[in-house]
Amino acid sequence: MYYIHSNDLIQPTVGRMVVDAPYVAEHRKAGQFIILLVDEFGERLPLTIADADKEKGTITLIYQIVGTTTAKMSALKAGDSLYGVAGPLGHPTEVEKYGTVVCVGGGIGIAPLHPISKAMKEAGNRVINIIGARSENLFILEKEMAAIGDENILCTDDGTKGRKGFVTGILSEIIEREKIDLVVAVGPVPMMKAVSELTRKDGIKTFVSLNSIMIDGTGMCGGCRVTVGGETKFTCVDGPEFDGHLVDFDGLGKRLKTYEKEEDEAYNNYKHKCRLDGVKINE
Amino acid sequence: MPEQKPEERRKNFNEVPLGYTPEMAIAEAKRCLQCKKPACVEGCPVNVRIPEFIKEVSEGNFSEAIKIVKGTNSLPAVCGRVCPQESQCEARCILGKKFEPVAIGKLEGFVADYEREKEHLPAPELKPATGKKVAIIGSGPAGLTVAGELAKLGHSITVFEALHTAGGVLVYGIPEFRLPKKIVSYEIEALAKMGVEFITNRVIGLSETLADIMARFDAAFVATGAGLPSFLNIPGEELQGVYSANEYLTRVNLMKAYKFPEYDTPVIKGESVGVFGAGNVAMDSARTAIRLGSREVHLVYRRSRDEMPARAEEIHHAEEEGLIFDLLRNPKRFIGDENGRLCGVECVQMELGEPDDSGRRRPVEIKGSEFTIDIDVAIIAIGNGSNPILQKTAPDLQCNKWGNIVADTETMKTSVKGVFAGGDIVTGAATVIQAMGAGRKAAKAMDDYLSTGNW
Repeated sequence: MYYIHSNDLIQPTVGRMVVDAPYVAEHRKAGQFIILLVDEFGERLPLTIADADKEKGTITLIYQIVGTTTAKMSALKAGDSLYGVAGPLGHPTEVEKYGTVVCVGGGIGIAPLHPISKAMKEAGNRVINIIGARSENLFILEKEMAAIGDENILCTDDGTKGRKGFVTGILSEIIEREKIDLVVAVGPVPMMKAVSELTRKDGIKTFVSLNSIMIDGTGMCGGCRVTVGGETKFTCVDGPEFDGHLVDFDGLGKRLKTYEKEEDEAYNNYKHKCRLDGVKINE
Repeated sequence: MPEQKPEERRKNFNEVPLGYTPEMAIAEAKRCLQCKKPACVEGCPVNVRIPEFIKEVSEGNFSEAIKIVKGTNSLPAVCGRVCPQESQCEARCILGKKFEPVAIGKLEGFVADYEREKEHLPAPELKPATGKKVAIIGSGPAGLTVAGELAKLGHSITVFEALHTAGGVLVYGIPEFRLPKKIVSYEIEALAKMGVEFITNRVIGLSETLADIMARFDAAFVATGAGLPSFLNIPGEELQGVYSANEYLTRVNLMKAYKFPEYDTPVIKGESVGVFGAGNVAMDSARTAIRLGSREVHLVYRRSRDEMPARAEEIHHAEEEGLIFDLLRNPKRFIGDENGRLCGVECVQMELGEPDDSGRRRPVEIKGSEFTIDIDVAIIAIGNGSNPILQKTAPDLQCNKWGNIVADTETMKTSVKGVFAGGDIVTGAATVIQAMGAGRKAAKAMDDYLSTGNW
């Protein structure tokens, strides 16, 4: 079992969990992910590792409460356990000295972006962080990102924090202003698509980190397949990072909606059960 | 053997055969001629001493019978259910020439079930500890066999499993109605009681390589299986509702999607399902879809019934349960709606031409015969390649052009000293019992190597 040290809401619908996973903490590299099972009835949910502490043997997971699994996670307390944590999985980010790297994060995607941004800085790059969310109450890791970037720009769709507007608008200003060697984008599919379209024009190398539906995470089921440069790739073993200019984002977006109906059914079922049991739901 | 009626079992995931009563088992065992030179034993990949155990059954000594079986077969409850006996032991039975052969597999399953449910034999006695440490990578039938054999000989065993539950294909692939999962967990618990350590949620070949493992262990057995799904490579395979058989079966078996929403993992319960392929995995997928309540399930296969590779019993059971056989049909493309959801498959009719390399008549397209089947779920069951994760970070480990690890056919030794391999990762997708046969050979050679140090 994987003992939970702390589990707090850092925003009304975003939780941060610190959990024992010594093997993952020891071996993980920026860009890798884990698959967790919240309990024995749980699904296998891929989540990027937001942070890790080798000495303590713990990892930090940041999750947005959007369905059954994440709602169950948010109901756990320090002293409880997760049923399973497998990893680290996937290829690490290709960290090297590129020059000037722009890290673009949207919403909960800022969590997986954080270790990548940190590793890019440690490799000697000049790092510009552009992070955005729909609204202030969904904004995460502002301070942590600010501690890394040579420049940090915040924005929200509704202007409640930072500049009003999308990350792409700010990115295009920076591209006009100076020479960019690499862009890393992590966030919702439409955001990663828009960033990739923007950088394609100027031929700026762009990595995106995909969060597909997965089961085993070892290339055995093929459920996470995505078309990259016309070829079928498995996000779990060939990714999770790919060249943003080659990813079929529309196909990915559609596959992510495969279980919308079932997910709603399960979540409603869970909420109903919570109400019967008098358990508070964070939603 | 009595079975659940097709109309009943279509609606549940319980086992199809209901099992022998002791009286029925004794009656069946008495049919055995007790041949002096038993051909059945030669037909068994692990050479179970068949006439000896059947003689004990015929006399009602079920405990003695199971001890004999377990002497050479560490997973009899599994083999009794999933072995293709009709092409192995039972194919060689003398009685089978004129009558039905002795139901060896069913008797094996009976004594194993008797032991599990009534008898609870103590763990076998272990030889004194040798101090040698063995890593087993993969907890499917090959890995479990080696674990059991080497633990009995006093070696210290650690099994690494990538998933959260040990058992490999026995838990993620083979459905509950063919192999109840409580049987697999009982066998794993028995190994744990013998001191075998299971480390789940651990993928070898990513953070830690085979070389890292060999730095900590005296020998290793690689049994990572055939875990790389083949797709048809036709347009539309990215649509929602198109599954590899591995994904579909893993969702339903390992993740228990058939109990959704009690369990959180969903699976699309199609109104009309197309299964592509005609092996045992295709039959398992089709029969699973029937049980999930699909209105119609089509098996789409480009050859004819005679060429179907599945076991006769599986085809028979599937047909009884209402599977529609669309034979001599080849899929050309999947058709989706505006939301990217599968709604049909375009197929072309085939006819059989001249025999090909496999000796089977080659299917040839009939021009202009395209037609569409309305389906909202497609399950692609046309085979698996070898899982490449471990090999990618083990450059000295010799593989063939298909990515299978090269191992000696008698000792299962690989090109790396101290490393043995067996099961599907060596042979390509095969049967549970063939993997166990490889495991037995490997265990013997590994024990020799651990005792002498000679490679």
